[in-house]
Amino acid sequence: MSEAVISYDEVLEKFDPVMGLEVHVELGTNTKMFCGCSTEFGAEPNTHVCPVCLGLPGALPALNKIGVESAIRIGLALNCTIAEWCRFARKNYFYPDMPKNFQTSQYDEPICFDGYLDVEIDTDEGRKTFRVNIERAHMEEDTGKNTHMGGATGRIHGADYSLVDYNRAGIPLIEIVTKPIEGAGKYAPEVAKAYVAALRDILRNLGVSDVKMEQGSLRCDVNLSLRRTPQDELGTRSETKNVNSLRSVERAVRYEMTRHAARLLAGERIIQETRHWHEDTGITTSGRSKSDAEDYRYFPEPDLVPIAPSREWVEELRAALPENPAVRRARIQESWGLSDIDMQTLINADLLDLVEEAVAAGVSIEAARKWYTGELSRVANEREVDVASLGITPATLVRIEELIVSGGLNDKLARQVLEGVLAGEGDVDAVIAARGLAVVSDDGPLLDAIKDALAADPSVAEKIASGKIQAAGAVVGAVMKATRGQADAGRVRELLLEHLGVSE
Amino acid sequence: MSAISRDDVSHLARLAHIDIPSDQLDHYAQQLDAILEAVATVSAVDTADVVPMSHPVPSTNVFREDVPGPSLTASEALAGAPAVEDDRFRVPRILDED
Ligand SMILES: [Zn+2]
Repeated sequence: MSEAVISYDEVLEKFDPVMGLEVHVELGTNTKMFCGCSTEFGAEPNTHVCPVCLGLPGALPALNKIGVESAIRIGLALNCTIAEWCRFARKNYFYPDMPKNFQTSQYDEPICFDGYLDVEIDTDEGRKTFRVNIERAHMEEDTGKNTHMGGATGRIHGADYSLVDYNRAGIPLIEIVTKPIEGAGKYAPEVAKAYVAALRDILRNLGVSDVKMEQGSLRCDVNLSLRRTPQDELGTRSETKNVNSLRSVERAVRYEMTRHAARLLAGERIIQETRHWHEDTGITTSGRSKSDAEDYRYFPEPDLVPIAPSREWVEELRAALPENPAVRRARIQESWGLSDIDMQTLINADLLDLVEEAVAAGVSIEAARKWYTGELSRVANEREVDVASLGITPATLVRIEELIVSGGLNDKLARQVLEGVLAGEGDVDAVIAARGLAVVSDDGPLLDAIKDALAADPSVAEKIASGKIQAAGAVVGAVMKATRGQADAGRVRELLLEHLGVSE
Repeated sequence: MSAISRDDVSHLARLAHIDIPSDQLDHYAQQLDAILEAVATVSAVDTADVVPMSHPVPSTNVFREDVPGPSLTASEALAGAPAVEDDRFRVPRILDED
């Protein structure tokens, strides 16, 4: 059921929003956090399970090194301090999605803490940077997947029930929690969206996760509270769970602001509770109430020894971090001299990495952009695959450009060469040899073709001789056709005029 | 050491998913009290200079390489389940879930 809301403008007149964002990211490790079961998505139910992730008696966890390494790298990319010593803790609760009856998580000793992420938003005064402070990033494990069966119509068959698949139980998760985000004012929804987008870029850039929000490998919980003025204490917050697209993050913040404000203005209080987000209607509904204070009885996990990342290890990981995506984009745009639109085209089509690689290999910026946004995008589109998976190497583009510059290929032939390479006919030179695609550079055959063309339409020669040089186009076209595009059109024109004794 | 109250017992019972009739709360409160009292004798030891430990082995950084190992088959995994449907564990309806 939906609740009363008020207009966004009225919220802003009377209240100041404070947000907290909790993002869970599923790591792309090969195996689960505490056992060797595969993390592969989409397997048959309960086939990626073992005594450890099923919580069978006597099973002991063994910590995935890449899980820890990924956590540290994420922390470093978010400007966090990395704990010198920390432990896992058991978060105890009964819920069938966790067969152990506890989730192995971290409590008061997160591996990463005190970081920040700068995000950019569009404001009335132009683009501005907003700093989001990070409270912590800690390691934990994902839960199993429940499918609820039965329901209203299931009464005849008795009570309804759930079916549980534990393939996902135990997949490494990193939970990244912000400090209260204050001072965003009317831009709160945009800041929330920009933060999750920037975080997603960083995580993708680190290669620690496939960060697919629609598949749940990146999930966001939105905490929101209102207060009358920034000087007041924080109000009671609601926690909207599983907001799973960037657009929804923005909408959920906006909706909760209007809902809270309506309640507060009506003299009601905000209940501290979890809320469910409904993508279709854009509203939240009440979930579990937190009034009977959760009591997870956290205690240090006795089956795992503490983690004490050496400073050498941390520095090694820091040195190997990829460049921050936002910094990198700004640097590339500047050094390539691209307009915002050109840059956005490359980013949106996910071509920046490929073009940068080609440029680094020696292809000109112009040519690399042209091939990737043009011919290669077209072919990828046709085959319904990513451009990257076409498998065109920078060396291929380097060689093609060399040949174009030296006159060995023209644009049309280059496209045919690329087509051959894409069809698996070999490298550039092999395709040229096999298909006989080189530009005809010997003047003899060209002159023969010119004479043939003139013989076919003698009137053209007269026109050109009488000064209508534009008539040369027809001859050049005929020669190009006769040589199946393998002539250098400029050279054909030169030869033609020379042959007729005409100068331009 | 303060005594365990009836409220404490009913809270613990709820967390542990055990039904304790209200006329037995005092009974269990007394028993838990006695147990805590017995355990509390360890607090007589002076631990001012002792660092709390969470693990008997003084070791850190025990890691496993990220290499897949054997998993169970679905039928093995489900062998001990009280109820099964579609290769999944069938469990009573989960409260609070929509
Ligand atoms: Zn397992």
